[in-house]
Amino acid sequence: MSATEHSDGGGGTVAYIQHHLTNLHTGEGFWTFNWDTIFVSILLGGVILKMAFMVKGNLETGTPGAFQNFVEMILEFVQTQVKDSFPGHNPLIAPLALTVFLWVWLMNFMDLIPVDLLPTLAAGLGIPYLKVVPTTDLNTALAMALVVFVLTVYYNLKVKGPMGYLKMFLFHPFGKAAVPANIVMTAIEELAKPLSLGLRLFGNMFAGELVFLLIALLTLGATIGASLLIWFPLQVVLDLAWLIFHILVITLQAFIFMVLTIVYLGMAHTEDH
Amino acid sequence: MSITITLIAQVLAFTILIWLVNKHLWGPLSAVLEARQKKIADGLAASEKGLQEQEQAEARAEEVINEAKVQAADIIAQAQARSAQVIEESKGKAAEEAERLIAGAKAEIDQEVNRAKDGLRKQVSDLAITAASKIVGKEIDMKVHKKALNDLVAQI
Repeated sequence: MSATEHSDGGGGTVAYIQHHLTNLHTGEGFWTFNWDTIFVSILLGGVILKMAFMVKGNLETGTPGAFQNFVEMILEFVQTQVKDSFPGHNPLIAPLALTVFLWVWLMNFMDLIPVDLLPTLAAGLGIPYLKVVPTTDLNTALAMALVVFVLTVYYNLKVKGPMGYLKMFLFHPFGKAAVPANIVMTAIEELAKPLSLGLRLFGNMFAGELVFLLIALLTLGATIGASLLIWFPLQVVLDLAWLIFHILVITLQAFIFMVLTIVYLGMAHTEDH
Repeated sequence: MSITITLIAQVLAFTILIWLVNKHLWGPLSAVLEARQKKIADGLAASEKGLQEQEQAEARAEEVINEAKVQAADIIAQAQARSAQVIEESKGKAAEEAERLIAGAKAEIDQEVNRAKDGLRKQVSDLAITAASKIVGKEIDMKVHKKALNDLVAQI
């Protein structure tokens, strides 16, 4: 439906992309609620919980069923990652990592749904904008990074003690000779961690979404004719190629986010590094 | 494309989701995994123990069999010794009995011979007296010729 709306000339292309990159929002400035981001992410959280209750409903200690086996496989995968990169023991880390992995993966997965499908359906229901991939919203990516950052600071203070944490700022990485430089360097380092964590996810997913939009643009507004014979097969091939590549990307990004979460929290748990 | 109140909402959503995942997915499932690990470990330990016990039982059985073999050999040796003894004893008894029987028979034979000899002697003397009286023609007075007759009897 949106395709027909914006099919008039070069301005239509910009409008098409802008339309796709606009959240369903209310409010102005800081007080803007991106309802599509919030709704989809909570819905996907619900999917995780539904899965949890399905598994919890008939837990087998002996021989698990296919579905429980699948969930156990994911769980053991996460557990292995935690064991490999996290020193010591903290009962919060593994569930946190599992949540990150599942949630980010599901949110990224929304990217694989054809770009026009859900917005068109929503338009049919009278919803003007719909940006279905929550991780292409900077707020989601940074929100998770912020939670990880807060946990990092909390565990730094808890494990190293306030003085230990302060010492890390004062004497790291150049030793006692260059205290002012150390403060700046460590502050940048500590702030860059969550920022890069969030921006990496956001950037990858946003770029991926944009490429899907560009591929969709190939036949946008094209009239039935000879040129369609060239563009349509090209679009199909490109879309399929990018889709398959993107399966790898969404998994990889979810994995990276999870591993870095574990690693950052692991660094907070070590006395000196 | 800016940071808005949505971020706060997502922080809340994320935090609550972590809590829920921990409670309803990670908690129960990792408990089950741990229980299974324990079960497997227990099973392996039990099988190990069972194997050990079987080995012990086999060793014990072998011991018992060996003991039984030794005992059986003892019993056979004893029985053989006893049977040899019994045979020896019965042989001795039989020999004794035979000697005794032979001795008895010999004594009886001697007695019979003596008795026959006595009978013959008497008959010979009677015959001699009868013959002598016929020759002499008269009755020999037993009293008179008693001495001569006795000599004659003794000579036969």
